Order: sequence, then structure tokens, then C-alpha cells
Amino acid sequence: MVSEKRQVVVPGETIVSGREFLPGEGAYRDGIDVVSGRYGIMNIFEKHVRVVPISGAYYPRRGNTIIGTIVDITFNGWLIDFGGAQNAFLSVAEVPRYVNKNEMREFLDFGESVIVKVWDVKSRGVDVSMKMRGFGKIEGGMIVSIGANQVPRVIGKEGSMVRIIKNATGCDITVGQNGKIWVSGHNIDDEIAVKKIIEFIADNVTTNGLTERVEKFIKGMGLNVSKDDVEIVAENTDGEEG
Amino acid sequence: MAGKKSLYMKRVDGRKIDEVRPMIAEIGIVPSADGSASFETGGTKAIAVVRGPRTLHPQHMQDPKTGVLRVNYGMMPFSVSDRIRPGPSRRSEEISKVVEWALSSVVDLSGFPNTVVDVFIQIPKADAGTRVAGLNAASIALAHAGIPMREMISAIAVGKVDKTLVVDVNKEEEDFHDGEGSTDIPLAVTSRSKEIALLQLDGKISPDELMKVIEMGKKACEDVLKVQIEVLKSGSVGDE
Amino acid sequence: MSDYVMPNLQKEKIIECLKEGKRLDGRGVGDYREIVVERGISKNAAASVKVKFGKTEVYAGVHLAVAVPYPDSPDEGTFMTSAELHPMASNEFDIGRPGIESVELARVIDRGIRESGFIDFKKLCIKEGEKVWQVFVDIVAINDDGNLLDVAGLAALIAIGNAKMPIYDSENGVVEKGFTEDSIPLNKDALSFNMTFHKVGDVIVADVGGEEELISDFRLSVAIGDNKGEPRITAMQKGKSGAISSKDMENILKLIEDKWVELFPKIKEYVFG
Repeated sequence: MVSEKRQVVVPGETIVSGREFLPGEGAYRDGIDVVSGRYGIMNIFEKHVRVVPISGAYYPRRGNTIIGTIVDITFNGWLIDFGGAQNAFLSVAEVPRYVNKNEMREFLDFGESVIVKVWDVKSRGVDVSMKMRGFGKIEGGMIVSIGANQVPRVIGKEGSMVRIIKNATGCDITVGQNGKIWVSGHNIDDEIAVKKIIEFIADNVTTNGLTERVEKFIKGMGLNVSKDDVEIVAENTDGEEG
Repeated sequence: MAGKKSLYMKRVDGRKIDEVRPMIAEIGIVPSADGSASFETGGTKAIAVVRGPRTLHPQHMQDPKTGVLRVNYGMMPFSVSDRIRPGPSRRSEEISKVVEWALSSVVDLSGFPNTVVDVFIQIPKADAGTRVAGLNAASIALAHAGIPMREMISAIAVGKVDKTLVVDVNKEEEDFHDGEGSTDIPLAVTSRSKEIALLQLDGKISPDELMKVIEMGKKACEDVLKVQIEVLKSGSVGDE
Repeated sequence: MSDYVMPNLQKEKIIECLKEGKRLDGRGVGDYREIVVERGISKNAAASVKVKFGKTEVYAGVHLAVAVPYPDSPDEGTFMTSAELHPMASNEFDIGRPGIESVELARVIDRGIRESGFIDFKKLCIKEGEKVWQVFVDIVAINDDGNLLDVAGLAALIAIGNAKMPIYDSENGVVEKGFTEDSIPLNKDALSFNMTFHKVGDVIVADVGGEEELISDFRLSVAIGDNKGEPRITAMQKGKSGAISSKDMENILKLIEDKWVELFPKIKEYVFG
């Protein structure tokens, strides 16, 4: 039976009591209690108890889509700053075409931005890939930065929130799990509008009725709220429940 | 309290001996940081800011088994009546260390090898109990930063003013000179296992009195914990 | 240790926006962010304030002590400004000895206040050649989202404007605890506040934001006072390596003329109100 509650817990707080409950990520067992090992939202799913963080730094996970900047080039790959404690490594083997070692900068140069997928997380760093469709270098547009833990609310349930923003502004929006969001539109005013909306959501993540508040905010900017789908070019929304 | 009557029977601000001053707390006060909080009691306010986990430089200081916690405590020059020269002092270095030890007992950085979690504590205004206010703010800020922590840490300064055992010592009580003078005991307790994470003493006290005042302190730390939990759950507590 | 690398596309977007007179947070090139001032932070200090422009936040305090005057100015009080760009404020700042940024910031603010004649140093003399008042201004940055110079500058002015003289027992030459109702002796008409302009792309902006500051070519801080209703420049400092063209200079002076009329009365209110 699925049991989900949006309840904030703090370190040391008893989430639930009983030996049938199993502590998952962010939780630990103390006697018969399952206790929170961090500040976040508790989540109980079929007796598995975990705590999902709502603030703090981004910890990459396998399968995450992240957006970052090329900061270094080695003989066999590129190093990408994505806002984590260490840089991610993109190997020459993980790009769509063959790049020889003299063409490294031509393919991806310092300061260029990329959308990549995390395929391995090791203690010394993160390995990423851009072999798949929908990943690669990005140009133009702007990057809006928010906390990684605010990303699910920007995406919304099955992408509903980000769809509202796209419809209201006509912009393409790609959300990196690391809190970097690429916005690309027809004009600067639309892009600035997206930035404002995203920042509004980020400032209000813990409030109830967020969707209504966002719709009100958008209307207040003189834009239209529509839930119908608009033609979207690149879809990269692996969001969680909003 | 056995023996002769104490010279300090009534507290200067009218509080009961086990009563703490009103507390004000806030989280997210430094938006660019990973975690941040303020904690204020009486005339003392502490700001704590957490940055990390982030790569630790220089590389030779990295620990491949775990992240490292680093606390830097300082008082703003205008926080006290006699201006404090900017920059580290031996006192601030000592306080940084005892606070770091206290926080290390609950924080688990084994999942972040080769990194550092920096905790910066600054005091804009001081009226005794600065290190405990700093520790309280730091505990909230570390939680706010999403750092894995088994439990919270709550701290209070207990003490003895002449013969009277009190909780949450203020500046006037700290400066009390008559009779047996003032004994200042900063104390920090973990929220769940109720163990002592920080303990210092400056003055004179018998072992019995010490045990008693520690019990009083542990109880008062429950009041502190309530505020810390509430600010994490709701964003702010108190006037602000 | 500097962590952040600005992506090329972001830099290009900021510059492209500015060509249309717009900034990423929706401001115009001469617009200031929301200014928030809080006074009376610490009752132990002659003055202590907190000032925010948008998210950039700074604490400042004033302390007064009695000391021996400098030999070359035996009848004048002394003045010293310190600034701590604390690592809590940004991933860019390090712990340890003050970096050049905090030294420069302190000196620029110090000069702006000192040279403007805002503080009446002669009135800070207690006994010529023997005793004068020392005025300390201490600044601590809490969050850096651009333009620390101006936020710190304003915080310093407000702290000075609000400071009260300590109680002084002149017979015994002892400074006592507590403060009088008297302000520091000031020439209010000499108030001069700092406006820093950055060149970002081809455009001069005021109240630079965090990302803009990272890509600006040069910055010019200008201390501006009031000369019978007209702006008067009392100090300047150029920073960063880009060179200022005469067109740039024209644009800066024009921005000063436009913005000063709007800003100065607000600044006066923060400082004296």
C-alpha cells in the first residue's frame, strides 16, 4: 500500500516505530524506532522509510540529467563544473561521434555548456555521457540557478509545472537535476519572465497550493496560463512528484 | 541548596533559576550558502553559515575515507563594548575547536570523501553565551544544509552565581563578583541520546552541584531544541 | 578558492540583454535593487547596522576610544576603517589574512569618508597633543551578490550617522560604559556616498549584480556629495584591468547626474533619519 506524507523531519526525530519498518536513505534504526538522519521530507513507501532532502548541496545520482560548463580538457576527455563538490568527467568515449585528441577544443571548448547524463558516481568523481538523444552542447539562451532540492517543484507532477511555464512564455526549458535550468526563447523578455517565475517557485517550495500561487504570479506578469500542451522541441523532464 | 544562604537569590532579570531567555531563530539568512541560520538569546546573536561539502584544498589535507568538518568562529568588532580587533584570536580558535568537536559527534561525512564542510559562525552582538548561541545556530545551519546528522545539538550556558545554580547565564551574572563569584559552564547535549557534546567550566563548584546543574542544563536544552526544531519546520521563530 | 566558472552562453546573454538596456533580474541599467536598513543591532556598540541591496548583505559598527593623536595632527581625532569579506559571504573568499579585496574596500570607504570632511575631526579633540577620540568603523560582509563596495559604503555612513558618543569622565580621563545622546561631531552637508559603476559588455551599470560583477571590464567607484543641490565628486577609485574610454566616462557622469537627484535624499534619510 502506498503511503505518502509531505512531512518535514529533523535529525534525531523518530519517524515511525516498529520493527517492520526498514530505514532507507536518510534514516537509521535506533531500537524499534526508525529515526531521521537528516533534515528533509519523510517518505514511507511499503514500509521503507527514507528522508528526502529539501535544502543543501546537490549530490549526483546515476541517471540524473545535469547541466554544466566545460572547465578543463584532458587528453581523453573534458571536465565539467556542475556545481557539485567535484567536477564531472566526460570521456571521449561518451560523446556521439569520434573526436581525436587534436579536435578536443573544437568539439567542446572551455566555457561551453552541455547537458549530460550521469552514468557513474565514484568517490573521486562523477562520470557523465552525452551519447543519447537530447544530450549535447547547448548554445544561446540563459542559465537559471536554483537549489537542486527545489527542482522537483519546478518540474511538477509529470512535468505539469514546467509545462505551465513553457506555455505562458513560449520558451524551451531544460531542467538539470543539479539546479541549473537552461532557458531558450524567442526574445529576452520571455526568457527574463521564465527566470522570474522559476525564482518565485524556488522561494516558495514548501508552501501549499503552490500551483495556484504560481498561476496567479504568472497572470500578474500579464502572461497567460494554459494547461494545454504547446509544441515542445527538446523534452528532458525526468521530474519526481511535485 | 544546602548550607548558608546565597547572596544571589533573585535573578537580575527576574527569571526563575531554570528559566531560559526568549529565543529567536531564523534559517536561510545567507541565500548563497548551502545552509544558514541565526540564533538569538537575550542580547546575544549568532549567525552560522555552512558551505559544503566542497573540495578540500590543499589536496594533502583531504581524507579519502571521509569529508572533514571545519569550524571558524569569530566575533564582529562591534559585538561587545570593548572593540575586538578583526581577525582570529586564541580565544576564537579555541571556541572554533570545541564547537567543531561537538558537531563532529553527530555529523556523518563518510559519504563525502576528500571534501570539507565549512561552518562559519559570527557574532554581531554579545551578551554572554556566545559559544552556545553559535553552536545552536551551527546545528540548525548544518541540518539546513542537508548534511547527514544522527541528531541535533542544543547548548546552554549553566552556572553558579554565589551559591545559586542557574540556567542560561547572562552577562551580569557572568560578571558577579560577590561571595563565591560566578562559575560559567557552557554545556551542549545531543538531542536523542542526551549525551554531552561540549562541556567547559570556569570557576568553583562541588561535584554534587555540578551534577545538579548539568541536569538542569539538560532540561533547559530541551527548550532550546524545541526552538531549533520549530525553525527548521517553519522558517523562523520569535520576533523576526 | 574560487569555484564558479561562468558559462559562455551566460556571459553572452548578460551582454546581449544590456544592449537592450535590460538586466537579467529585470532592472534597468541605472536601477538599484531594494535597499533594506536595520539599525541598533548591538547595544554594546556606539552604532551597529545591517544593510542589504537585494541579497548582498553587510553589517557595520562604530566604536569610539580615547587615544594619543598622530604627531602631525595633534588637534584632530583619528579614524580607521576595517572590512572583512568573510568566507561566509561567498565561495570566492578565503579564511586567513585579509585579501586584497577587503583591504581595497576598506581603504576606498575610508578615503571617501575621511576626505569628504563628513566627520569633524577637530571637534574630536579632547586635549591637544594628548588625547583625542579614535573612531573605528568595522564592516563585515555576510552575503555577496555583487556591489559589496556600495553596500559597505552606505552601511559605514549609516553607522557613523547613528553613532552616539560614549560617556566620558574627563576628570579622570576614563571612558565609561554606556552612551550619551550626542552624535559624533559631523558636518552633515559634507555627506558623500559611494556609487560604483561597472562596464559590462558595452554598457555602464549601477549597483552591479553578482553575475554581472564577475564579467565586468572595469569598475569605477565615485564618492558623491551635495554642492548646493548639484552632485560633487569627492573621491574616485578605478578597479580591475579594463581601460576607461572617454565615452565611458561621459556615460558614467551622465548616470551620476540622472541617478543622484533620485538617490541622495534617500541616502540622507538612511544616514540621518
